[in-house]
Amino acid sequence: MGGYGWYVWGSYGVTFACLLVEIVVLVKRETKN
Amino acid sequence: MKWFWYASPQTFFPLARTIALWAGAAAVLLALAGLYIGFFVAPTDAQQGEAYRIIFIHVPAAWMSMFIYVVMAFWAALGLALNTRLSGMMAAALAPTGALFTFIALWTGSLWGKPTWGTYWVWDARLTSELILLFLYFGFMALRAAIEDPRRADRASALLALVGVVNVPVIYYSVQWWNTLHQGASVSLTRAPSMAKTMLAGMLVMALAFWMYSVAAAMLRVRGIIRERG
Amino acid sequence: MLAALRVVVWRDLLVALRRRSDVAVALLFFVIVASLFPLGVGAEPNLLRAIAPGVIWVSALLSSMLSLGRLFEADHADGTLEQLLLGAAPLGAVVAAKALAHWLVSGLPIVVIAPLIALQYDLAPPLYGVLALSLLLGTPVLSLIGAIGAALTLGLRGGGVLLALLVLPLYVPVLIMGAGAVEMAAAGLGGQGQLLILAALAIVAAAFAPWAIAGALRISSE
Repeated sequence: MGGYGWYVWGSYGVTFACLLVEIVVLVKRETKN
Repeated sequence: MKWFWYASPQTFFPLARTIALWAGAAAVLLALAGLYIGFFVAPTDAQQGEAYRIIFIHVPAAWMSMFIYVVMAFWAALGLALNTRLSGMMAAALAPTGALFTFIALWTGSLWGKPTWGTYWVWDARLTSELILLFLYFGFMALRAAIEDPRRADRASALLALVGVVNVPVIYYSVQWWNTLHQGASVSLTRAPSMAKTMLAGMLVMALAFWMYSVAAAMLRVRGIIRERG
Repeated sequence: MLAALRVVVWRDLLVALRRRSDVAVALLFFVIVASLFPLGVGAEPNLLRAIAPGVIWVSALLSSMLSLGRLFEADHADGTLEQLLLGAAPLGAVVAAKALAHWLVSGLPIVVIAPLIALQYDLAPPLYGVLALSLLLGTPVLSLIGAIGAALTLGLRGGGVLLALLVLPLYVPVLIMGAGAVEMAAAGLGGQGQLLILAALAIVAAAFAPWAIAGALRISSE
């Protein structure tokens, strides 16, 4: 990534981690009952 | 006719699941397409090198953060006007996702700023406006959380959302004015010197992916709210 | 209707007069906050002169916000608010009158005291006029927008801080234009643009905020 690896992967990583966590939390609520 | 039938939380409940599944699938497919375009099709930027690829999530996230706020305000207005419970629930369901995208826009903007401007935070007009938008989202959620009665919470936060949505353009304009005064000819973080068509395509596809994702998340969340409140 | 408004304003002023300490505390807060900044950033005159408009404006914002809690709480507690809601006078007009009384007691004094703070910051005397005018135009907007927040958070726990979170983002345009007017004048470019925008904000707020405040009061009183 031309030396910018941390920034690019840091951005994408945190983004998709956040989105994943949100969905996991919501699906957990669905299947809780 | 069909619309009003689905206006009841009970009848909307199963429909929400269907929508969530389809939207979720669409989100995944669009994201894969968008990331492919973003990393394998779009060329390297002449000035910023590979760091600019953050644009493929920064800009779509920023767009979503503003779009979701408007949609939230729409549901809020509908709830106040028609006194429907589901409208208030929809607004409540959208807020956390909107706040999340606002945070993502700020985070990615910050990480984009470091390699390009040498600093993690720039008082760029858009980043500053995004920060204030985040506060608006938090205010909405905090007000809801502070009110016990769900109907009063719906109505109060709806009014707040409407006051907010009217103020967002005012805030944006004044922050932009403030920014040009203090930074002179500033280059916005979201402008690439010449937007290659492939870059634009990548951004649009990712924006659609985020949109589908937001729909799925909101549907799931509104199901949780319906379950709680009946 | 005008008679009703006059009565509301007069009554609120009387109440404020009887609770002088509440009013004084908010104004003291304004002075104290403005005095804290030099302690924090150092007393270098050029720096203070540069940050003076912003500091004075932020202090005015915070002080105005602090005094908003009183706007409806007392009336809510003793049942007067319900009477106003049920009364014959249009609620929008009544809340406008209350906001006016609030401004007279917490905003207008800030306009008067600000030049003294400006003196502390060694702001050039010709700028006092722009400063006072910007505050004169801006503090009513703060009262009106703040009243919306006060009405929404009526009777809630954690009210004061929650009110701050709700209302401060909405204050941003007023802050930018207000401080900006003085800064432009300081740079020799004249603050008329910002002052005109402040005036526009004031007019729009005066026209629409009472409607929102009345709606919020009804929502909070059910």
